[in-house]
Amino acid sequence: MPIFSPTEIAKDKVEAVQDYSLLAGRSLSNIFARPRYFADTLLQADSIGVGSLPIVVLTGFFTGAVLALQTSSTLQQFGSLSLTGKLVSLSMVRELGPVLTGLMVAGRNSSGMASELGSMKVTEQIDAMRAMGVDPSKKLVTPRVIASMIMLFFLSIISNLVGLTGGFMISYLLLGLDPNQYWTTAYQALRFGDVFMGLCKPVFFGFIIASIGCYYGLSAKGGTQGVGRATTQAVVAASVLILVSDFFITRLLMGIFQY
Amino acid sequence: MSSLAPPAEQRQPTSTPTVDTVIRFEKVEMAFDQPVLEGVSFQLPRGETKILMGTAGTGKTLLLKLALGLLKPDAGRITVLGEEITQMREQDRFALRRKIGMVFQESALFDSLTVEENVAYRLMEETGKLTDEIHARVLEALRFVELEHTVALFPAELSGGMRRRVAIARAIITQPEVILYDSPTGGLDPVTSNTIIELIVKQRDVYGTSSLLVTNRLQDAFTMASHYFDQEQNKMVPVTDGGVRDLHTKFLMLRDGHIIFEGTAADLLRSNDPYIREYLS
Ligand SMILES: Nc1ncnc2c1ncn2[C@@H]1O[C@H](COP(=O)(O)OP(=O)(O)OP(=O)(O)O)[C@@H](O)[C@H]1O
Ligand SMILES: [Mg+2]
Repeated sequence: MPIFSPTEIAKDKVEAVQDYSLLAGRSLSNIFARPRYFADTLLQADSIGVGSLPIVVLTGFFTGAVLALQTSSTLQQFGSLSLTGKLVSLSMVRELGPVLTGLMVAGRNSSGMASELGSMKVTEQIDAMRAMGVDPSKKLVTPRVIASMIMLFFLSIISNLVGLTGGFMISYLLLGLDPNQYWTTAYQALRFGDVFMGLCKPVFFGFIIASIGCYYGLSAKGGTQGVGRATTQAVVAASVLILVSDFFITRLLMGIFQY
Repeated sequence: MSSLAPPAEQRQPTSTPTVDTVIRFEKVEMAFDQPVLEGVSFQLPRGETKILMGTAGTGKTLLLKLALGLLKPDAGRITVLGEEITQMREQDRFALRRKIGMVFQESALFDSLTVEENVAYRLMEETGKLTDEIHARVLEALRFVELEHTVALFPAELSGGMRRRVAIARAIITQPEVILYDSPTGGLDPVTSNTIIELIVKQRDVYGTSSLLVTNRLQDAFTMASHYFDQEQNKMVPVTDGGVRDLHTKFLMLRDGHIIFEGTAADLLRSNDPYIREYLS
């Protein structure tokens, strides 16, 4: 057997994409079929939403703060320091809030899901579940996907708010801007399209985080080492996919809202 | 004895009305890097127990997994409770699997759930709630395997033999029509093995469950073929009426991908096949 065979590798990749698409599709279509595991969804929502709150608040705050700091030095050259609020709010709501939240939660929960499901896979617990007539895609994947989508939506909103507050702290305490002006420009800068884009992205990212985490977990093989590999791959794939899809969603919505 | 569910005679036929053959393999083939099963055919009639023997790595576990539809064979047909599982979509197999109990070789208990949640899994998987009624049924199933005191423990806190028995309790709690046991006594001491074999015999004789049992311990296999469960004494006793009592227990021997023997314990002992003679010695 050859050690390196391009066709084999290509075939494996195509199969992996196919398997992933099937799982991702099932995770959504399961919403319409019984049984629905409501208790599991709540449990996951707690672990993803409440569990990620501290890191989301921290990253949001400091991102907003550093945005204010960075933009102020540029804006000062043009004498339009008063636009700081506008810049922070647009960048946070449209891009950084959802993307950074997505990346943080991917690091925390895609890996968690991949390692949890991966361990279950290699110890035959997934087989045991199937043998008992319980569909792992319904019992394990769908609750995680739903919980991630909903929780990422709210986490992004929190991140945006905290980020704006971080920007405000810098503008008010360090740059000496008028607090009223900061909040007014920040608020007035946002149009419907911006808010829509900001709320649409996290739902997609939540889907990516959970479906990728579960996919890598469920396809883990090769003992504990395999679980470790699945975990790293899940974080990498989820992060890359978030950034790539962010570009396409942005492009699409910009087209729709005519920027 | 208080019973888990009505005995076989009273059990209501479920959606599949009386199918006489619960499991049927027809020329089943399966290969990984090398062929493992090469044209395996056999039938498990309702109410019968088939003891599957064969050396390590001959594909016994694989055969049980195929019967549950956990894997897809390369060729051949597998019919379970009248439905051809090899042709079904994975989504549709779950309903069928609910009628079958499986005891995995390595027990495969959910390690983040307590013994009680493990045993109750099938009953509470949707709601996630443990009602008083479910709790009572769990205790009853655990009493059956004499492990009531472990309800609150986690699988990691149990010994291998205890885990095996919890796995049996988990398989029998819904009183499935068919139970597949994968090496339920593998690697255990003779005393514990005997306890487990007694449980399986009890399940066979009290509830009339059909089963496919993998074992490498000849002693266990012959115990099963020569003992019955006496409900009055509440223990397993040897058959003394000269073989009038039919224990519905047959043997299957797997070798090099083929079933090389199928028959009763007496047939097995009488066999002239050199391989079987060596296996038995
Ligand atoms: N997932 C798998 N991937 C590759 N090969 C496998 C897989 N599962 C089983 N096999 C191979 O199939 C053969 C049969 O395995 P199986 O587990 O059924 O053996 P067994 O009869 O149960 O043995 P034992 O008595 O030791 O439990 C083995 O040679 C094994 O290497
Ligand atoms: Mg085995």
